[in-house]
Amino acid sequence: MTRTPFLNSAVSLVVMALTCFSLSPVQADDDFKQQREALVEEIAEDLRSSDAILDQSELDPKVLKAMKTVPRHEFVPEKHKHQSYRNRPLPIGYGQTISQPAIVALMTNLLELETADKVLEIGTGSGYQAAVLAELVEKVYSIEIVPELAERAAEDLKRTGYDNVITRHGDGYYGWEEQAPFDAIIVTAAADHIPPRLLKQLKPEGRMVIPVGSRFMVQHLVLVKKTEDSDIITEQLLPVQFVPLTGEH
Amino acid sequence: MHPGAGYLLTIAVISGATLAYEVLLLRLFSLIQWHHFAFMVISLALLGYGVSGVFLALARQHVSRHFSSVIMGNLVLLALSMPLSFMLAQALPFNPAELLWDPRQLFYWLVVYLILAVPFFFAANIIGLSLYQFRRGIPTLYASDLLGAALGSIGIIALLFVIDVEQILLVLPYLVLLIGLLLVTQSPLWSGRQKTLWQASLLVTMAVTLFFMPASLQLNVSSYKSLSQMLTVPETQVLQRKSSPLGVLSVVESRQVPLRYAPGLSILSDAELPEQLAVFTDADAMSAITRFDGDYEPLRFMGQTSSALPYQFKPMQDVLVLGAGAGSDVLQALMFDASHIDAVEENPQMIGLLQDDYADFAGKLYKLPQVNVHQSEARAFASKTERQYDLITMSFMSAAGAGGGLFSMNENYLFTVESMREYLRHLKPGGYISITQQNTHPPRVMPKLVATLAEAMQSFRLAPSQSLILIRSWQTTTLVVKNGTVNQEEISQLKQFSERYNFDLAYYPGMTEQEANRFHRLKQPYFYQAVTALLSENKAQFIADYKFNIEPATDNQPYFSQFFKWETLPEILSLLDAGSIFLLESGYLLLLAALVQALVASLVLLLLPLWLWRRRRRDRDEAQPLHKRVLAYFFALGLAFLFVEIAFIQKFVLILHHPVYAVTTVIAGFLLAAGAGSYLSGRLRMVQARIQVVAAVLVMIVLSAVYISSYASISGFLLAQSDLPRYLLAILMIMPLGFCMGIPFPAAMSMLGREHDEMIPWAWGINGFASVMSPILATLIAMEFGFRVLIVVALLLYLLAVCLFPTDSTKPSAGHNQLNV
Repeated sequence: MTRTPFLNSAVSLVVMALTCFSLSPVQADDDFKQQREALVEEIAEDLRSSDAILDQSELDPKVLKAMKTVPRHEFVPEKHKHQSYRNRPLPIGYGQTISQPAIVALMTNLLELETADKVLEIGTGSGYQAAVLAELVEKVYSIEIVPELAERAAEDLKRTGYDNVITRHGDGYYGWEEQAPFDAIIVTAAADHIPPRLLKQLKPEGRMVIPVGSRFMVQHLVLVKKTEDSDIITEQLLPVQFVPLTGEH
Repeated sequence: MHPGAGYLLTIAVISGATLAYEVLLLRLFSLIQWHHFAFMVISLALLGYGVSGVFLALARQHVSRHFSSVIMGNLVLLALSMPLSFMLAQALPFNPAELLWDPRQLFYWLVVYLILAVPFFFAANIIGLSLYQFRRGIPTLYASDLLGAALGSIGIIALLFVIDVEQILLVLPYLVLLIGLLLVTQSPLWSGRQKTLWQASLLVTMAVTLFFMPASLQLNVSSYKSLSQMLTVPETQVLQRKSSPLGVLSVVESRQVPLRYAPGLSILSDAELPEQLAVFTDADAMSAITRFDGDYEPLRFMGQTSSALPYQFKPMQDVLVLGAGAGSDVLQALMFDASHIDAVEENPQMIGLLQDDYADFAGKLYKLPQVNVHQSEARAFASKTERQYDLITMSFMSAAGAGGGLFSMNENYLFTVESMREYLRHLKPGGYISITQQNTHPPRVMPKLVATLAEAMQSFRLAPSQSLILIRSWQTTTLVVKNGTVNQEEISQLKQFSERYNFDLAYYPGMTEQEANRFHRLKQPYFYQAVTALLSENKAQFIADYKFNIEPATDNQPYFSQFFKWETLPEILSLLDAGSIFLLESGYLLLLAALVQALVASLVLLLLPLWLWRRRRRDRDEAQPLHKRVLAYFFALGLAFLFVEIAFIQKFVLILHHPVYAVTTVIAGFLLAAGAGSYLSGRLRMVQARIQVVAAVLVMIVLSAVYISSYASISGFLLAQSDLPRYLLAILMIMPLGFCMGIPFPAAMSMLGREHDEMIPWAWGINGFASVMSPILATLIAMEFGFRVLIVVALLLYLLAVCLFPTDSTKPSAGHNQLNV
């Protein structure tokens, strides 16, 4: 009996499936590590000309290192794990997403963090952004409004060893009074205005980042800066280099 | 054989129920997903008509032998598939928001409309097979089909007002099953055991539908819509839900985490917000009802938003709030002591929320002596009222360009040059128009608004460069236009207000570039640059060079949210890896994608079977040229009919104002008249079919030419009438056009029925496919060239149809004779 093409493909699928199952966790982790490093290199290259890099010529090496270290696949739901190292947002349930890695890199970069900084995150979501921040600073405080997400992110952060992220379920509008002031605040949950209390909890010369757009499409980033005299200035930055005008006007 | 009255009634009901189902699907998908996808999915689902044509063409002899069973079988399947298709389609993990990220979504998209095409396939089988079976009665049948569709279009609007949108999904199958039962019982086509069997089947289906369907009919609203997201917050609940053709309103209360709705609020504001209830339209587009008890202190935040700018200049006595919605702008006007506020809101149910359901919560806002509520579309009100205002304000009305340009295909008559003239006409000397919008970055909405306004101001001898003011917060932009020259005092108030709340100056007469871009910095002072250029002599060049389409919108091309430019596409695509997707004006591209899908589907589902069928019977086929002509003729008709209908719907919507009623009236008028045309063409046996078609097309050309050339005076005349005569006169104007449009289809069909009956299903299918492509093409043509061009194209297609009228060219003498009945 000759094997039909259908049978051939079925056999190869089985072989592939068996190969996948037989990979040891170490091998799988190595594989993810390679994918992650490739992705971060790619992001670094793509973002070289972004508006949000401001005066720098490229992303901060510390941010790139953090991105290369945090296992994004540990924060992605099982069914999307294989897409963990694609530069795209992925659904995490409850109408929320784990942000696009390039956007995470940009937002983190915009905060210009120092190791001793204390950071507040409004909208823990998957916990991935908090983990990236935790690679860079000593303490990250993160608030999530959806109880199920808050619980899951707390577990994932604990499992991956990010003990320096302190999570809480609750309303982020009033910030985290007991731990204020913060050197940096990142607001990943949509907001139609910037909560005044959050601004108050930002130290002079502190920075706040807010992505504007939808869950699957960040349209621009808003960087809020508090000056030494506590004046507030924002910058509206595109994730790409794009000028709406051609020619001289 | 001629169909009896009962049969004609059945055709009318099937046709009406199917049209109602189409409108219903549009509503349902707008609710569970987003309007633009609803539009595309449903227009493509109509492919079911085309596929039915192919099916009947290939199987006609077999199905014709079992005619009565096939008709009833399809009727039962139609009834069952109406709710089932929708339930299945909404169960798929299709997420339009992920379309640009995940290629699998394209597959789901395809599956969604294949599933939704099923009911249309069964409906088209019933009508197509009937046309084939009763070929001598085609004009009467077609007339019933059109008449039914007309009644369906009115009926569904009425139903949407009285019952919940998901319940209608069960009403329509019942209607279909009932008419089936009536037909089986009274028609001689069914007799003896067969009759009993079908009666039993229909009753069982009704019982099954009644017992099993309602429990499982839950709407699966996308978890990415803002209502779904808000409901994930603990102790948040929907207090009330109201449904109408204008959308489903949901009032939501959040106890643990208060709602804080204050778009455009200054970054420096420290005001605590009062209690609010969220109001969502179609599970999105949130607004808020704010608690009000007569004390203005809790409303202090309303004075700290960018939209509060005009109130800094002088006390406003007479204020017109267009798109009053849940009342934020009305409260703001009250807070600033306006003594007469005309609040215009289109949705009666929204007004109901404020006047009845939550009147106490809202401090009887819409019943206060200063507030006059008008249930009307904004532009309609502006064209009717004679009152002059100190301030006309419009906040966050649907000009929004946010969301990747997904609204680009929606016609919008609120923001056109002509509408701006209308608003300007109602300003007192020294009065203001104030428009607040969400920022788009890079700027799109405001530059287009400025271009549109500047064009409108030319008719008023107003110098835009001396009359405009633009400020922005980190999230909103407020444009103020003065009926007069902005003076020094106003400039100084503007500066104080902006300085106090960290609003950026983007334009005022005499402003320098250094003053721009201070608090909320953009890479360059884009807004200042855009406004200065748009108000200068370089305007045309600037518009041409800008990377988004910011040409002023007009009534002829009312696509305010169409910002797409082909020239920018390569640059955006080259940045795709870096995340430039948000720059893609994807609405336009999705429309193109839909067109390509429709074309591919037509090729696969129509031309491929046609080709295979012809190859199989090549040796027997004597009338090949006729096939091509039939194909071309009915394709042209399918395109042209909807082109004309869509173009004139738009023209009349503008005169009749209320979009829902206007569209319904115009569609029903067209279909009724076309039905009458079809019926009469069957009666006029002494007139050759071809002559009938030539005459009809000539009359259409003359009428269209008259309507287009004298549109301004016709609309002026109609607008001066009160509602009833205006609607009646509009219908009177539509009818002759519709009447003529009803003739070419049955005239050629009857000809085929006499000589080439095997071609009838083909013609039906081809016409169906053209109807799928027609609305998409019509929108693209109107976007690019305007409605006038669309009408001209439609008329050219009708002329082409005249030339192609399918006489049999292989047998000229016989063919000619057959036309004389």
